[in-house]
Amino acid sequence: MTADSKMTAAKPYDEMHAPDGSVRPHYLAYADWLADTPRERIERKRSEADVAFHRVGITFNVYGAEGGKERLIPFDLLPRIIPGDEWTALEAGLRQRVKALNAFLADIYHGQEILRAGRLPADQVLNNAQFRPEMKGVEVPGGLYAMIAGIDLVRAAGADGKGEYYVLEDNLRVPSGVSYLLENRKMMMRLFPDLFSRYNVQPVEHYPDLLLETLRAVAPAGVLDPTAVVLTPGAFNSAYFEHSFLAQQMGVELVEGQDLFVKDDTVYMRTTQGPRRVDVIYRRLDDDFLDPEVFRPDSMLGVPGLMSAYRAGRVTLANAVGTGVADDKSIYPYVPEMVRFYLGEEPILNNVPTYMLREPDDLAYTLAHLPELVVKEVHGAGGYGMLVGPAATRAEIEDFRLRILAAPEKYIAQPTLSLSTCPTFVDAGIAPRHIDLRPFVLSGGKEIRMVPGGLTRVAMKEGSLVVNSSQGGGTKDTWVVN
Amino acid sequence: MLSRTADHLYWMARYTERAENTVRMLDVSYRMSLLPRNNGSHDDGWGAILAISELTEAFARTGRPLTPRDVIEFVVLDRNNLSSVWNCLRAARENAHAVRGTLTAEMWETTNATWLEIRDMTPEKLQATDLGEFFEWVKFRSHLLRGVTFGTMLHDDAFQFVRLGTFLERADNTARLLDVKYHSLLPQNESPTSTTDYYQWGALLRSVSAFETYRHVYRDVITPYKVAELLILNDAMPRSLHSCVDAVNDILGQIANLHSAEAARQAGELHATLHYGRMDDIFDTGLHPWLERFLERINRLGDRIGDNFLVPVAA
Repeated sequence: MTADSKMTAAKPYDEMHAPDGSVRPHYLAYADWLADTPRERIERKRSEADVAFHRVGITFNVYGAEGGKERLIPFDLLPRIIPGDEWTALEAGLRQRVKALNAFLADIYHGQEILRAGRLPADQVLNNAQFRPEMKGVEVPGGLYAMIAGIDLVRAAGADGKGEYYVLEDNLRVPSGVSYLLENRKMMMRLFPDLFSRYNVQPVEHYPDLLLETLRAVAPAGVLDPTAVVLTPGAFNSAYFEHSFLAQQMGVELVEGQDLFVKDDTVYMRTTQGPRRVDVIYRRLDDDFLDPEVFRPDSMLGVPGLMSAYRAGRVTLANAVGTGVADDKSIYPYVPEMVRFYLGEEPILNNVPTYMLREPDDLAYTLAHLPELVVKEVHGAGGYGMLVGPAATRAEIEDFRLRILAAPEKYIAQPTLSLSTCPTFVDAGIAPRHIDLRPFVLSGGKEIRMVPGGLTRVAMKEGSLVVNSSQGGGTKDTWVVN
Repeated sequence: MLSRTADHLYWMARYTERAENTVRMLDVSYRMSLLPRNNGSHDDGWGAILAISELTEAFARTGRPLTPRDVIEFVVLDRNNLSSVWNCLRAARENAHAVRGTLTAEMWETTNATWLEIRDMTPEKLQATDLGEFFEWVKFRSHLLRGVTFGTMLHDDAFQFVRLGTFLERADNTARLLDVKYHSLLPQNESPTSTTDYYQWGALLRSVSAFETYRHVYRDVITPYKVAELLILNDAMPRSLHSCVDAVNDILGQIANLHSAEAARQAGELHATLHYGRMDDIFDTGLHPWLERFLERINRLGDRIGDNFLVPVAA
């Protein structure tokens, strides 16, 4: 594969300002408001937001930090605004992509047509650690595997100066962040009600309703009034706030593994009034921990016998077991091929060109161009274990080179995308910072649905391209405007 | 509702109530120690505080002298003292955190804000604070949580488990307070019907917000006999044993399940003891043995409630 030189254009696309410094049309009303609003008022609102987030306890736990400390994710007050027509196009692309990914999962756990057609190397799938042989031949309601998908999009400057969206990765296991999307909107409306009178911002608050409908739509056949629950690893998990938030907003129980048990292939929760049947589990627990009888025997978080009930079709897990094989970084390059193979359509969304270091040619190219590339571990997540060439020191690059040479098949490389920037409040005033976008796509029943926009993450450090909250990234409210 | 959820709600309420009652005791002793009547034996009140919470040995192990300052620091802030106010408020917040989705936003924010405020408290900061104000603060945070619970939470089973924790803990705390204070205040061989130290008994009443109540109910001088009666048998007095057991009995009726008949029976029996009991009989038994027996029974009831509702039992 050859590098797409357009993508590494030096000057990033800015969401608010055109290259000539003028304000883009969809930001004009905001720019007016900003000019009219005293900076002290914004500063005051900023500390108000901090206090409110702390008191509400919208925090996440940082792994490795002292005592699993709870930390706030920085919230930036300057919204990321997406014009309505731009979103409409993205939405169509997201629907198409998630549909293809679900078709792929159904296929590889059944007929494996795509492998037999030779459109994707079989060993890439079958020898993938995320491929779950336990799922072969298991029927899941609606043939759906990834009911909740978080698709990470970035925008890079094209040759013509227009911003072009790319899918950076698909998150089909337990994507998180939607609670921040909802809380950010609530906070913005509380802090700046006057701003919302200047824009027709499409609402996002109905996400929990959509999620509940999605979960109920995939209940086991024959269950008329399904009981759904959210399964959390517990209060010390980094996303515990979100688990608790979603359960509360949907009005369903938030359970831990110890609250559930399986009897006669039926899942029950332990209540003060005795056992109560559970039909759908929105699990925020990785496959490995779900059932100590099938996966990791040392898991204290799961439910013994759960897989047996699941395979018997007596309970639905959302997402299904084994979705990780479709969002694996080594499978990512083939997603456009999935769209063509299953849907007979051309992909609407772009993939980032990717070098597979298991291929000798790609490896050679990558080793020769490390300072320009981003190298990622195939199974890594959360911004851990990656090299951002242009931002790395010579020593870091040499260190990473040794790691690649030791096990090239564990890595992929991509050109360093110059992620788009959005003006952001920083200590020195307002400055551009790199951002990405994670829309949450829900598949259940007949339709694929999502709330407009998604979670915008922002790298708060100047020049940084890493937006993950575990690496100090912040978030912004995201507006799709008409 | 989930048994685990009920368990967290119950303990959230118990720990909050315990923190409140602990500072109520401290507040009284602190105010007493400011009175000029001290004749050098001022350790009495402070030793009693440790005795009430069964902390005498734990305190001795710290090697601290029995001074007001040391006792207050130990009871309020000591990280190793699991009953310290600091640890109670931490535990209350941790239990709330585990079920924050079941709480209303106001309940969670109240509990969380209380913890955030006391979290960084150190002995130095405590010394620099007006102690009376600090005790008031703890009491009011507890009042506030109870108020937002009552005013915002759906009055369903979850609400009942919060109340259950509150009343069981309060019954236990009031009984302990009365037991220890009564015997440290009443000199040997003195009749409980004679009037004794007005200030000391007044202070005990104030610690349970019952000084004016006493006046209102009895319109009489303060006698130990009537103080005990007010705190044990008066069912209209919100911190009395009778009123707490009334509430527990009533709640158990509402949350009954297939296994809870024995808990209901024990609560009913305890209720009958207080409802039909007479002060003279209690004094015939001896107040101390009677209160000891009461504590035993209320704790047994607590264990039974744990088994029947809170500990997940497989079907």
